[in-house]
Amino acid sequence: MTTLEQARSAARSGPRRQRARWTGWMFVGPFVVVLTAMLIVPIGYALWLSLFRDQLVGGNQFVGLANYLQLLQDAKFWTGFGRVALFLVVQVPIMLFVALVAALALDSARLWASSFFRIAIFLPYAVPGVVAALIWGFIYGNQFGLTGSINGALGIDLLQPFSPDWVLASIGNIVTWEFVGYNMLIFYAALRVVPTDLYEAAEIDGAGPFRTVWSIKIPALRGSIVIATIFSIIGSFQLFNEPNLLKTLAPNVIGSAFTPNMYAYSLSFSGQQFNYSATVAIVMGVITAVIAYVVQVRGTRAENR
Amino acid sequence: MSAVDTQPPTVTEAVTTRGRSGAGRTRASRPTAPKGRGPRARKSPLLLVVMVVITVYSLLPLFYLVVNATKSQADLLSTFGLWFGPDFSLFQNIGETLTYDNGIYLQWLGNTVLYVVVGAGGATLLATVAGYGMAKFRFPGRRAVFAIVLGAIAIPGTALAVPTFLLFSAVGLTNTPWAIILPSLISPFGMYLIWTYAVDAVPTEVIEAARMDGAGEFRIFFTIALRLLAPGVVTVLLFAVVATWNNYFLPLIMLSDPKLYPLTVGLNQWSAQAVGVSAHPIYNLVVTGSLLTIIPIVIAFLFLQRSWQSGLAAGSVKA
Repeated sequence: MTTLEQARSAARSGPRRQRARWTGWMFVGPFVVVLTAMLIVPIGYALWLSLFRDQLVGGNQFVGLANYLQLLQDAKFWTGFGRVALFLVVQVPIMLFVALVAALALDSARLWASSFFRIAIFLPYAVPGVVAALIWGFIYGNQFGLTGSINGALGIDLLQPFSPDWVLASIGNIVTWEFVGYNMLIFYAALRVVPTDLYEAAEIDGAGPFRTVWSIKIPALRGSIVIATIFSIIGSFQLFNEPNLLKTLAPNVIGSAFTPNMYAYSLSFSGQQFNYSATVAIVMGVITAVIAYVVQVRGTRAENR
Repeated sequence: MSAVDTQPPTVTEAVTTRGRSGAGRTRASRPTAPKGRGPRARKSPLLLVVMVVITVYSLLPLFYLVVNATKSQADLLSTFGLWFGPDFSLFQNIGETLTYDNGIYLQWLGNTVLYVVVGAGGATLLATVAGYGMAKFRFPGRRAVFAIVLGAIAIPGTALAVPTFLLFSAVGLTNTPWAIILPSLISPFGMYLIWTYAVDAVPTEVIEAARMDGAGEFRIFFTIALRLLAPGVVTVLLFAVVATWNNYFLPLIMLSDPKLYPLTVGLNQWSAQAVGVSAHPIYNLVVTGSLLTIIPIVIAFLFLQRSWQSGLAAGSVKA
């Protein structure tokens, strides 16, 4: 009892309180230090690097925004950028639509064995992107893949996953396969928190299932659709793993600047052009952030309307 | 201490209610069975067909992987991809995978485990401690930390890979295990998750009572708070483990010594052996090695379903 009293009075006294104000830092401090070192410092360093250039004459020199100006006129960069933008516009809607249909089906209560479907469709998310690309690479392959079997059965080369026209679609298929289940679960989780009485009210009002989906479920999903879209935009612009792995199988079709990230990678690796590589990374980071921000603002504004 | 600012500023009501009812239990609080939806919930064959199609699409490549892991290299090239070959060579393939090139696969597996245990474990520890600190203490600079964390969540890991590589090569950290472990230590979203979770999972009264009994802050955290935070911690840990286990871009950039590779980079190196001038294809080992790589993660997901589903749920109502 006395110790308790002492503790209580100690807690009330001045210096003890003063120290308590800083106690939170003992918990948050290590995290902030690591976050600073692994996030803010690398970004700052890349910014710094992007302002210099290693020149034959004069060595490492401050060039201001010259690297950025060079990037603006860099056809290699913009071709890669156009490619991921096309990828974004085609692949993301398809993936999110399939995920949405699956989530609505899971939530509809009109489905048999829904927990089996939930886990089965989600399972590809657990597969590393590398392994996903390897498996699909084998499937696409003419040697012992399914493509070879199908073409053989038909007697014509119907499917050519590695042809220049189709390689982007082949990559899109891998990415879709990996993330449909993940997005489905995000949508499904949002549907689960819609109050059941809303459905009952809709039913009393005579709304059919499609009306319920359109007027209650889709609006309830708007927030998660915005989030899933933002994640997908980031994923598309930062595309690297799948094309880089398929590059081994289709070296003539997938070049070293196929996507901006692959370009940044090859610049700092094969080219040793660290300054320019940093510039590419920063420009792509800024473009991604701006577009994600615009989607978020527009998405939430529509919600308020 | 009752005036502690417990609510993270932008957390929506949805998140807090979820936290209060306990992650994973929310599902049970709402009728999950079709009975809850009234008599109109008749089963729909159309939906079933749609879902079967999506499921076949999702499982077919995994089936392909399992089937082909049982084939010898010769059968791989000569038999139909979606059914078993004449010989069952799975165990022979596993043996070869584990012993090829003086057991380099086991070395890669060991590296992956090291990166996962130290990287994902460290990230979870840092995120948990900091999330608790944000939820239960008010201190100078707290708002600044909040702003940085929100900004950090928006920055994708791959966008950081090249800048981090440039920094690490300047300080000579590339081609060391640290090059993989240090960047894995940050998990802003994990910290945010624990923060929202701790607000309700650890009652402030319990902390105060322990303080009255003279317990130090760290003792309170490790003996009382950590146990209450366990479900949230498992979720954060699981996602950190998956992210580290599946990491490819970062180790690819950072490491040049194959002895330091994780499984992902190693498998790709095996796969790349099949092309080029001195081509030496080992398809059966790539297939079997891929299968062995995904098994631990798939098992973890199947066993911890409740954790990741509630984690995703919390994430989906985040903004």
